Amino acid sequence: MRVELDGLSKAWDGVVGADNITLDIADGDLVAFLGPSGCGKTTTLLMVAGIYKPTAGTISFDGVVVNEVAPKDRHVGMVFQSYALYPHMTVFGNISYPLRIQKVNKEEIRERVQKVADMMGIGHLLDRKIAQLSGGQQQRVSLGRALVKEPEVLLFDEPLSNLDARLRLTMRGEIKRIQEDLGITSIYVTHDQVEAMTMADKIAVMSEGVLQAYDLPEDLYDHPKTLFVAGFVGNPPMNFFDVEIMSSNGGFHAKSEAIDLALPDDRAQKAAVAKGNVVMGVRPEDVYLVDDTAPPSEGSTLSASIEVVEPLGREDLVGVTIGDVQLRVLVDKTKGARVGDNVELAFDLSKVQLFDPESEKSLLWK
Amino acid sequence: MTVSQAAPQSQAFKPKLMGGKKTGRRFAYAFLILSIVPILIGYTWLVIATLSTRTEGLLPRDAEGGIGGFTLRNWDFISDGAIWSAMFNSFLIAVAMVIGVGIASTSGGYALSRFKFPGRKAFLTGTLVLHAFKAEMLLIAIFFVLRWLGGIPLIGGYIGFNTVGGVALVMIALELPLGIWLMKGFFDALPWDMERAALIDGASRFRVWWQIMLPQVRPGIAALALFTFIAGWNAYLVPFTFTIGTKVTNMPVFLNQLISDTAPVNWNQVAAVGLFQMIPLIIFFLFTQELLLNIYAGGSKGT
Repeated sequence: MRVELDGLSKAWDGVVGADNITLDIADGDLVAFLGPSGCGKTTTLLMVAGIYKPTAGTISFDGVVVNEVAPKDRHVGMVFQSYALYPHMTVFGNISYPLRIQKVNKEEIRERVQKVADMMGIGHLLDRKIAQLSGGQQQRVSLGRALVKEPEVLLFDEPLSNLDARLRLTMRGEIKRIQEDLGITSIYVTHDQVEAMTMADKIAVMSEGVLQAYDLPEDLYDHPKTLFVAGFVGNPPMNFFDVEIMSSNGGFHAKSEAIDLALPDDRAQKAAVAKGNVVMGVRPEDVYLVDDTAPPSEGSTLSASIEVVEPLGREDLVGVTIGDVQLRVLVDKTKGARVGDNVELAFDLSKVQLFDPESEKSLLWK
Repeated sequence: MTVSQAAPQSQAFKPKLMGGKKTGRRFAYAFLILSIVPILIGYTWLVIATLSTRTEGLLPRDAEGGIGGFTLRNWDFISDGAIWSAMFNSFLIAVAMVIGVGIASTSGGYALSRFKFPGRKAFLTGTLVLHAFKAEMLLIAIFFVLRWLGGIPLIGGYIGFNTVGGVALVMIALELPLGIWLMKGFFDALPWDMERAALIDGASRFRVWWQIMLPQVRPGIAALALFTFIAGWNAYLVPFTFTIGTKVTNMPVFLNQLISDTAPVNWNQVAAVGLFQMIPLIIFFLFTQELLLNIYAGGSKGT
């Protein structure tokens, strides 16, 4: 089922939940709505489910506007963060509920529930009460209940947020596998960018009710179109600092009181149209501590002093200052970074991002 | 779960008043026992009094003033038809109230908790204000309403002035503000996701209410049923006012008739009737007790 949102908005007494959301979801795709809490992603999802009525705009399934269609007639299945299971029913009662409402005959209900439960690995738990299940099992029941009626659109509202980290990892893979096997068009709301990046075919980044970007996961990372997207996607987040772009000796330099870096021509030329001040963004993994093994290219190094070292296990996240500018840098832990050290930093400037400080739009990607 | 509820209280007790956990608990028990003693003495007297000719303090006395004087004469009323008819009427009023208040409060409370409609806020504050009016203030107005209801063809004979139905109707109306607010509170505490899930699963609004929401508020329904049953069973003012001069009487009115202004009152018989009146309440409480305790255990697990 192809899902299209066109100018979709929702407001309550002037408070905007979602503002003019327009996007297309191809048949069989899994699209993630990614954004901080309160950004309107769940609001948008509930409009697709039919729980909220849009204030403006349309929702279409396969080209048919469904704004006025009741939730029960939309053929959607939904999985909630809180699982939203019916605590007074057994697992079987929960999964079979959609079918019992449709008055499917008993034989078929038993068959279909068993099939779905087996697929979710909870086939042996059908007689249990909900309270007797672990969180992971409850979420499987919830997913089973959404799948048993063979929906044409699957909606996920932060389904893994209440699970522990290890379980989240397994469930992530399972949900993706099931979604791909069944080829159900899906919308997956999450604030966890790793979930979004790993599971989604496309990601819609939202903030304060506005769709910030709608792109392939790798494009969001490598070609962020707004300052918000650049700062939100990627962990640890991208470093930003204000610089002025100047051309000198046939090349371009990004300069501020503390910084002087030679920018690659292709990126700098696109940005130079704006002249003057820009916001420069550098990811923590694109900055290195200079040592003897790989001499850096000219104009790409700055000296800095280490303020904070946070060991992450495989790497150290190091907070440094260059003059009045603070940066976070991912450093191989064999380098043995120590607080108070003065170091040389080398920047991989081929990956630098440049933004207009006024409009907060990228100067590189349109 | 009740244990985990009790724990924070005893902890709050402990550090301020006493040193150890044990002494704190002892103090709590001592306090509870002390405060329950007067009530226990009262009930003990009640039981002793119903079985003796007269009492002096807690001691039963016979005619000569010695200890003794056991008698069953105070319970003679049991063989009298009047008490059974009074009891039946009390029962009718109480049951009609439980059903009426139950249906109106669970549906009204749900609507007020979940739907947005014009006048919702006014209705909520209005019911609260109405609840502040004592029944006494409304008696005369209600009298006219009941007279008018009595004039309705066919059903008028059951719900008008001088009928059990009329009394039940008035009592239901007086009890509804409490019931609606109580049930609204219970529905407010339920997560929205559960009914959203049910709507998406294909349930209609009514089905969501009936199959999904109501089972979650069972403790609330039990509490409301118990309050309402007690209110109906012990109703005095309304039945006394609106069934005057007829044979329609309920237990509290019957009890009051025993206390006449002119003849000497047999208090031991009054005690017996009072005890008799309590029996159905105790039975009713035994049945709802478990559900009531669940209120404090949070009702629904697993969400």
